[in-house]
Amino acid sequence: MSRRAFGAATLIPGVAAGAPLLLDEPLSFWGGLDPVLGAIIDRRHPQRGLNVAGRVLMMPAGRGSSGGSAILAEALRLGKGPAGILMLERDAIVVVGAMVAAELYGRACPVALASERDWRALAAAARLAVRAGPDGATIGLELHGPDARRAGRNLRR
Amino acid sequence: MSLDLSPLDRELLNGGHGGAAAFAMGLLARFAEAVGASRFIDIEAAHVDGCLYLGRASLDFVLRMTELDGKVRVPTTLNVGSVDLIHPELFRGRTEDAENGAKLMRAHVALGCAPTFTCAPYQSVHRPRFGAQVAWGESNAIVFANSVIGARTNRYGDFIDLCCAMTGRAPAYGLHLTENRAARALVEVDSPPDGWDPEQVAVAVGHLIGRRCGGLVAAIDGLPRETSEDDLKALGAAAASSGATALFHVVGLTPEAPDLETACAGLAPSLRLHLTADDLRQAARSLSTVSDGAPLGAVSLGTPHFSLAEFARLMPLIEGPRPLTDIFINCSRATLGELHQRGWEDKLRAARVTLVVDTCVYIGALMRVEAGAVMTNSGKCAYYAPANLGAEVAYGSLAECVASARAGKIVRL
Repeated sequence: MSRRAFGAATLIPGVAAGAPLLLDEPLSFWGGLDPVLGAIIDRRHPQRGLNVAGRVLMMPAGRGSSGGSAILAEALRLGKGPAGILMLERDAIVVVGAMVAAELYGRACPVALASERDWRALAAAARLAVRAGPDGATIGLELHGPDARRAGRNLRR
Repeated sequence: MSLDLSPLDRELLNGGHGGAAAFAMGLLARFAEAVGASRFIDIEAAHVDGCLYLGRASLDFVLRMTELDGKVRVPTTLNVGSVDLIHPELFRGRTEDAENGAKLMRAHVALGCAPTFTCAPYQSVHRPRFGAQVAWGESNAIVFANSVIGARTNRYGDFIDLCCAMTGRAPAYGLHLTENRAARALVEVDSPPDGWDPEQVAVAVGHLIGRRCGGLVAAIDGLPRETSEDDLKALGAAAASSGATALFHVVGLTPEAPDLETACAGLAPSLRLHLTADDLRQAARSLSTVSDGAPLGAVSLGTPHFSLAEFARLMPLIEGPRPLTDIFINCSRATLGELHQRGWEDKLRAARVTLVVDTCVYIGALMRVEAGAVMTNSGKCAYYAPANLGAEVAYGSLAECVASARAGKIVRL
């Protein structure tokens, strides 16, 4: 097993760890995520049926209805939200949902802005550990030998 | 990034304007840092999209504000809620959800918001002036305010729109600032398919812009000359469903685009999209999950809320044999009043139309669909209905929707 770490910018502070889940297409939480189950329910989304609960959700950008913040907050309240979220573009809807869950329920779902050049390596990791503090974030990667190679090979381009 | 707070911002933050305003300003300050804003601006009005009961979190947030005795600081309109407070008997969901939905709507009114409950406030209750700084929620309203009116708002989501209303302040970033309003994508539309009305063109173009331009501001060239305000409303709603569109310009039609150069502020577009008649046909087809001729369960119109002008388009279409399936139409309370005055309400009901106010059937728990697909002329409704209603959906023109209701199956004209 090898470890690496990348720097990122903190959008919402917190500490989280989990397996990465890279979205192949942007997902609107409203109409796209079932907050009670944590499942992707948008029928047009290529990853419909996958579950975001406990994963480090990698979504390059946000999409869709502004009702997404409440769905994210509700999923986090119920313990069915992602452990943390990595993005390549700032998205207000995602940030607010995570912030309100922290404020009302003390549920930390760190949101960090990663760098595009690290994105593929992050997605290929077996597990990501996000530490997002006021002065910046680090994303630690756990790469299990054979798994890591397989993950790298299977990575969608 | 450090925040440059004005004396008013500090007062708000320190509780000088009450606990609810302080709570809201605290969230806004952290939000501003997250989106990279360094200061706040005054807003004239807010449109709050927090009335939809999406779970306990929606209610807990507003109850925190009411417990702190909060009041909005600017005129604030409300987006749709989960229930029709005027026609509560239409609700088909769980009693508990109806109660929580109504509680959420009333809690917003207790904060001083106007009980408008419409997703198209710009056509019936409050139309901001050109250039006005506002904080709006609801994706279709946001894109309409920016694009068709030339008011300025970002895509404010649930919670933050209310925080802006409670403080009268919004972070100075994104589309509040002139430099971010220029088009970065150029969308050229060829001659549309034969026989299409401008609304169909608008929906297909909007759907494709959302899918292909992401959140980029697009300048659209080549829409039919007869494109109306309602068509632009449909375009924006479709684009803000399939993508993150918050502002588009239509060359020669919308207020910030007298010509292409002005729309792009002299910048070269970073993305060019050429849409052929075939692209538009394909986009329209992709919005249906069933084939033509499939049995129809109901027709749903008014996503976003039907305007009086849209009712005027519909009235001649419903003359004739009584439809075999129900037609649900969402509109605002204000528009319902207008229908009543014109004597249209009775004619609509005679044609199996159920008028729904305060909410929208595609949110669910209203429309009883026995068997068959839901048909709509809305790109937004077609986009979200399969997941929200668990129903098959067919997209078609307004005339096709009425013809299909009459036939009890999906008919193309």
